[in-house]
Amino acid sequence: MAAESGTKFDEMLAADGSVRPAYANFRQWFDGQDTEWLRRQDAEAERFFRRIGITFNVYGEDAGEERLIPFDMIPRIITAPEWRKLTRGIEQRVSALNAFLHDLYHRQEIIRSGRLPVEALRNNEAFLSQMIGFTPPGGVYTHIVGIDLVRTGADDFMVLEDNARTPSGVSYMLENRETMMAMFPELFTRIPVRPVSDYPRRLVRSLRACAPPGWKGDKGPVVAVLTPGIYNSAYFEHAFLADQMGAELVEGSDLRVMDGRVCMRTTTGYKAIDVLYRRVDDDYLDPLTFNPNSVLGVAGIFDVYRAGGVTIANAPGTGIADDKAIYSYMPEIVEFYTGEKPILQNVPTWRCSEADSLGYVLDNLSDLVVKEVHGSGGYGMLIGPTSSKKELSDFEAKLRTKPGNYIAQPTLSLSTVPIFAREGLAPRHVDLRPFVLVSPEGVDITPGGLTRVALKKGSLVVNSSQGGGTKDTWVLDE
Amino acid sequence: MLGRAANGVYWMSRYLERAENTARLIDVGFHLALTRGSRQSQDEEWKSVLITTGQLESYCALHNTFTGPQVFNFLLREKSNPASVLSMVENARTNARLVRTSLTNAVWETTNEGWMCLRDLLSRPVRETSLGEVLMQIRRTGTLVRGALEGTMLRNEVFNFSRIGTFIERADSTARILDVKYYVLLPSAAWVGSSLDNVQWDTLLRSVAGNRAYSWLNAGAMDPRGIARFLILDEQFPRSLVFCYEKIGSNMAGLAKEYGREGPAHALLRDSRAKLHQTTIDTIFDAGLHEFLQEFIGKTVELSSAIAADYRFIE
Repeated sequence: MAAESGTKFDEMLAADGSVRPAYANFRQWFDGQDTEWLRRQDAEAERFFRRIGITFNVYGEDAGEERLIPFDMIPRIITAPEWRKLTRGIEQRVSALNAFLHDLYHRQEIIRSGRLPVEALRNNEAFLSQMIGFTPPGGVYTHIVGIDLVRTGADDFMVLEDNARTPSGVSYMLENRETMMAMFPELFTRIPVRPVSDYPRRLVRSLRACAPPGWKGDKGPVVAVLTPGIYNSAYFEHAFLADQMGAELVEGSDLRVMDGRVCMRTTTGYKAIDVLYRRVDDDYLDPLTFNPNSVLGVAGIFDVYRAGGVTIANAPGTGIADDKAIYSYMPEIVEFYTGEKPILQNVPTWRCSEADSLGYVLDNLSDLVVKEVHGSGGYGMLIGPTSSKKELSDFEAKLRTKPGNYIAQPTLSLSTVPIFAREGLAPRHVDLRPFVLVSPEGVDITPGGLTRVALKKGSLVVNSSQGGGTKDTWVLDE
Repeated sequence: MLGRAANGVYWMSRYLERAENTARLIDVGFHLALTRGSRQSQDEEWKSVLITTGQLESYCALHNTFTGPQVFNFLLREKSNPASVLSMVENARTNARLVRTSLTNAVWETTNEGWMCLRDLLSRPVRETSLGEVLMQIRRTGTLVRGALEGTMLRNEVFNFSRIGTFIERADSTARILDVKYYVLLPSAAWVGSSLDNVQWDTLLRSVAGNRAYSWLNAGAMDPRGIARFLILDEQFPRSLVFCYEKIGSNMAGLAKEYGREGPAHALLRDSRAKLHQTTIDTIFDAGLHEFLQEFIGKTVELSSAIAADYRFIE
């Protein structure tokens, strides 16, 4: 099963060293530039990021410590045909996710049919019983999705994770492009790159299309972004999106429930919100319904929601769909709801809760990647091939104690794209997170996304919390 | 506009103004320490800087001497001092971050850059040789942010709250500076006409960046009552009490126009402005300069609270 490792795919250079067509124009330009000048531009980019304050906070460091996600100036380039195929696959997957969520919170046909064992839901904190029998406005659960894709070959894109709760990173997609255009404007006159800059407008349109039927604003439904506050790691993004959408950026303390609506405290009194794009987790949304100690949410919002007084995006309880235990069933889920074979493949996954799989995983631990079912951000995972004997045996003990907490996957040989390193162009592993908007008007995918890159040679971990960087992602026009 | 955002914009401007005023006081204290011989009078000068900024008590909790570098490092960068210039600029920047969506990129970037620069400059103890550069950077930050506001912001509620914050802080600061030094302006048989007087008066004017303007307006002649009139009632001097209240007034009028209503803060402001307009410097001296300033400071605090309540700064 671990056969994928060993193959190597570089997106710029073919095995014979020739430049692939996607990168031909770029490479020609790059080779004509003065390296010293490129280095100066590179340093300039970092100053630019610091000044505009694109930073993220790292949990566990000094309070308020803000860091930059390193930006690499070599773009990641995707051709039009490649993108077409990805688009079809993503649409299919996202439609299935929404149908799946609706089914889970209603008749649970997929469980009745035997395609999904009921154990996958039992004791799963991501499944919210409060959502049972309720349909969100427009029938949309996952308004914003970030599908994490990895590539292992010319035609092989696989889904690594479906981020269906509150995917972040879209501000980097936008700022990376801004930076590239500011640094190398001539590139964009030479190469037809599809724009990403209208994402905030698409987002606000998509959110408005999901407003509850009784919305009242005189300029269309009122949209607000709910942030946990300035110490949240993605605060910059929350402010950035609110600003670009022309929406208010609110915190829990700005909101209260009045007359069956969720209202924000303005300088002239309380004003109702129709659509709340929340960037706080389910558990903190409503102290009356969920975590009673939460100060980030709004008391009573869930009752307003169930009565149709506000749209919450993404819907509470969507986390069940991107749960890593559910992930392994995605091929069945896609087929069950769309009646088609999945266009995008899953990474082969062993559920350690099953005795046979656990046995296999324990026997092959040093070749596998093991992830916590509920973890995110690259924390709490084991990368077999780069772990020490002690780390392996420690992890084995954890696996034996709570096998249900883990899934395992082969160590994929992720595709590489060069970065601009000290020694010149040097290949590094990447992944890709396109951003998908869902509304009753349809599925809308911005051509591009966030490419994360493992800056350390040979590393497969691209998470920004673990030293990864980002690249501008280009989708070429037809 | 969110009440919390109005609060953030207001305090962002107040903190920047306060940082700048503190820098000016340090500058004057330092200047004086250079020109005055006796150790004791130098100490007195630094002490009065600490009193004016309301930090004497917290300073004395840490130190029992008043040497220049010790005082200005306390005022500029002492970690345990929540009113240090560094923490004020940090507060301003945090507030700007909180209300990021209400500000233009230019305003946010100048605030953020100013903070980054000062954070670096103040990461190590400041020596007398580098004090000038630090103080200049503090003033420059305030100036650039004001310029960015002026040049890029819509003239709406956000702008109004920011300006109100600036001028409430400035009015308060000028009044406090004057109140700490009011005795130098009182007639005193022993001092009249002495060179000591001139130095004291000049110091006072420098503390509010008014020495050049005052000399210009009075052809170089100095008299205590004229100085008091200039700092309290001059309509052209941008740090006088009257000037600050006029600016608060025009921005409060902007809010009333935008929102279509006035609140209790407007009533308070009307009273205070009427009093300032009806009075003369002789009336103020007759009734007592200190008493006048105390009342003014109290009224300004009251106005600030009324604005916070009227516009729902907090729940």
